[in-house]
Amino acid sequence: MSGFIAALLWVGLVVFVGFTARKIRQYWKTPAPLKIPTTPAPVTQTGVVFRMAREVVLFESLFKSNKWIWVFGWMFHLGLLLAFFRHLRYVVSPENFMWPVISNVIVQSFGQYAGFAMVAGLFGLLARRIVVERIRYISSPSDYLMLLMLIVIGVSGLVMSFVSHIDVVQLKMFVMGLFGFDFQNLPESGALLIHLLLVVVLLLIFPFSKLLHAPGVFFSPTRNQIDNPREKRHLAPWAAEKYNDHVDK
Amino acid sequence: MADFETPEIKEFIGIPALQEGSMAHSSPFIAKPDHQESLGFPGELVENWQQVALEKMDDLRTRYRSFQVFLDSCVKCGACTDKCHYFLGTADPKNMPVARQDLLRKVYRRYFTVAGKYFPKLVGAADLTEEVLDEWYSYFHQCSQCRRCSVFCPYGIDTAEISMAAREIMDAVGKGQKYCNEIIGKVHTIGNNLGLPGKALANVLEGLEEDVEDDTGVAVKFPLDVKGADILLVTPSADFFAEPHIDGLIGYAKVFHETGASWTLSTTASEAGNFGMFIGSYENMRRVSMRIRDAAKELGVKRIIFGECGHAWRIAYSFLNTLCGPFDFLDQNYPIPQHILEYTWGELEKGTLRINKEENDHMTLTFHDSCNVARGSRMGDYPGGQFDYPRNVIKAVCNNYVDMDPKTTKEATFCCGGGGGLLTDDLMEIRVKGVLPRATALKSVVENEGVTHMAAICAICKSQFTKTLPYYGFTMDQIVSVHQLVSEALVMKGSEQEAELDGTDGDDTEE
Ligand code: HEM
Ligand code: SF4
Ligand code: SF4
Repeated sequence: MSGFIAALLWVGLVVFVGFTARKIRQYWKTPAPLKIPTTPAPVTQTGVVFRMAREVVLFESLFKSNKWIWVFGWMFHLGLLLAFFRHLRYVVSPENFMWPVISNVIVQSFGQYAGFAMVAGLFGLLARRIVVERIRYISSPSDYLMLLMLIVIGVSGLVMSFVSHIDVVQLKMFVMGLFGFDFQNLPESGALLIHLLLVVVLLLIFPFSKLLHAPGVFFSPTRNQIDNPREKRHLAPWAAEKYNDHVDK
Repeated sequence: MADFETPEIKEFIGIPALQEGSMAHSSPFIAKPDHQESLGFPGELVENWQQVALEKMDDLRTRYRSFQVFLDSCVKCGACTDKCHYFLGTADPKNMPVARQDLLRKVYRRYFTVAGKYFPKLVGAADLTEEVLDEWYSYFHQCSQCRRCSVFCPYGIDTAEISMAAREIMDAVGKGQKYCNEIIGKVHTIGNNLGLPGKALANVLEGLEEDVEDDTGVAVKFPLDVKGADILLVTPSADFFAEPHIDGLIGYAKVFHETGASWTLSTTASEAGNFGMFIGSYENMRRVSMRIRDAAKELGVKRIIFGECGHAWRIAYSFLNTLCGPFDFLDQNYPIPQHILEYTWGELEKGTLRINKEENDHMTLTFHDSCNVARGSRMGDYPGGQFDYPRNVIKAVCNNYVDMDPKTTKEATFCCGGGGGLLTDDLMEIRVKGVLPRATALKSVVENEGVTHMAAICAICKSQFTKTLPYYGFTMDQIVSVHQLVSEALVMKGSEQEAELDGTDGDDTEE
């Protein structure tokens, strides 16, 4: 069983990294032929970096848009981020230079409760999806399933943290072994099995689903372009080739 | 008046309960074969249209990053669902921005993504059928490409980009919209959207010179095709004949006259509007824009200034340099191109214009931010200048000014309901319903703050408002051009108004 899970995790990781990288490459390679920042927009590169940071860290546009979605969405993502950092202690050994960051108080103590924030946020989002007529209208089965899956991942994690504790030392050996190709046994736990299997599913669907919003946001031309079209001529390669014959070479 | 019910105007802009299919019947007239063909599109629906449509979609997603990223990234969070004026006015759920995008996205998913190929039901993917094409035609012509949804989406997903792509795909299969494509044809052949030939234009301008002289005693010129002038003014052709647009044109001319500017209009570039953007066609947008470059070169001008027009200013400001720059033959000391409000505000700041605000005292003004100016362009050299310049100018020439509800102005402004190629009689119902949010905000300041008039800086807004606001009990003449206000208050040297004001009038009778 442990070997099977280990293999699945590897498949999941490879698919996730490989296909997400392919998507990012696609976004990177595809030109934005026209200047379309949603204005008012920053007029400098630094300004754009700040705008993007506000979007990614604070969900600024969502805040302007809808406070409920913002609250739940932000709770979920912040919880997810902290939980992610907390998980790194399974991967990183105490000698690693990253250790002080991962083992610090914030990540490890707040991180423990971050799971609750994450699950609460997810329930809030799910409730809106079911209750608000407009959001129900735009939802496909996959939208509900995605939330349910994350809820089960979160809840099974919380169960291991707070209800039926598992052997963390053995888990760490499993994970280190996973990356060292020296496969160790998993601790016996139903919750852990569910947790890991769904994480594999998450990794597998990430590059093929709306989860692409995570890389996508950085490539959104309405948010990442500098508002300077009068000062600097912007020209896509295909347009330069096809539609630039009025310019003397 | 029409075969639909005008929505009831309430005290606040409310979010309606969904009424599925309530606007499914709304579709504009289809372009005739010769209009299609003159733009390089097939005359009518081609035999293998599915294949052509999918190939076009594939082509667009490799050339437009926005299209590819926006198709993938939507998380269906629902934040945009209550942001579109067409949804607020019609309650049709397919007018919610995300649902409008999904009409196209479901096809993208079906043919271009792993999830949609193997699990279409699960992820809401669908085959490209004739019904889907009809739905595209209907609902992508119920989007004015105003970008309000893009402001509120956490990833900036701009439904305008999706609409433009959809219209380009429909043009490619031979199902174009009559209104847009006919007009673009007229610009290509005659030089303006109205098909107003050079001779007629010259007559109009001559008439205006007479009117202004009668009115003020000053011989203000409206020059046409003057070689060697400094400034080429490019303005929407509605400025030559429609009300209140024409009063704006008189305003520009008076400001130029008073500042001693050497300027000219051009017959071949007698149109600032560019419907190439509405149909998403880079090629047509460029062809239309090139007339301006060519006219500027031919006349040997040093500067290009644009008159009051929303989408024209977006294209001028954001795209002109891309489409037909570089403009190294123009004077680099001025913005290229420049907005007439940048010019006028600059002169007002310098103090070159004498203003008698009292001329506008019979009005209390409010200002409608045009969507394309607000969210797709800028004025001045700092972000948000596009909100200040018009307000600065209005306040400099009027004593009474009030803003509407901030949820309906500046970057959150509501479209007039007639933009994006929808300003046609065959789409009257969606236009009347789409103006509801703006009408609601206007009504509130009329009732509570005593506002009498609303100023606008866009030819489409002005036409749309004068036509649709009467459905809600307003009158046509409540819509004014910003430069009309300037025109009223401007006291030109040597004018009758100056004489009256300074008491040097020969026969001063009453005060
Ligand atoms: C750069 C990193 C990310 C940013 C900026 C970001 C941002 C957002 C925002 C603004 C929303 C919409 C509001 C909401 O519904 O919560 C959202 C939704 C969502 N995000 Fe992320 N996200 C990121 C990474 C991730 C990751 C790594 C996951 C994976 C597990 C994820 C899963 C989701 C899900 C499932 C939703 C939809 C929630 C719903 O159904 O309502 N996000 N994200
Ligand atoms: S661009 Fe404007 S009209 Fe189109 S969907 Fe968005 S809000 Fe509605
Ligand atoms: S706000 Fe953006 S991400 Fe959310 S549903 Fe609308 S388009 Fe999709």
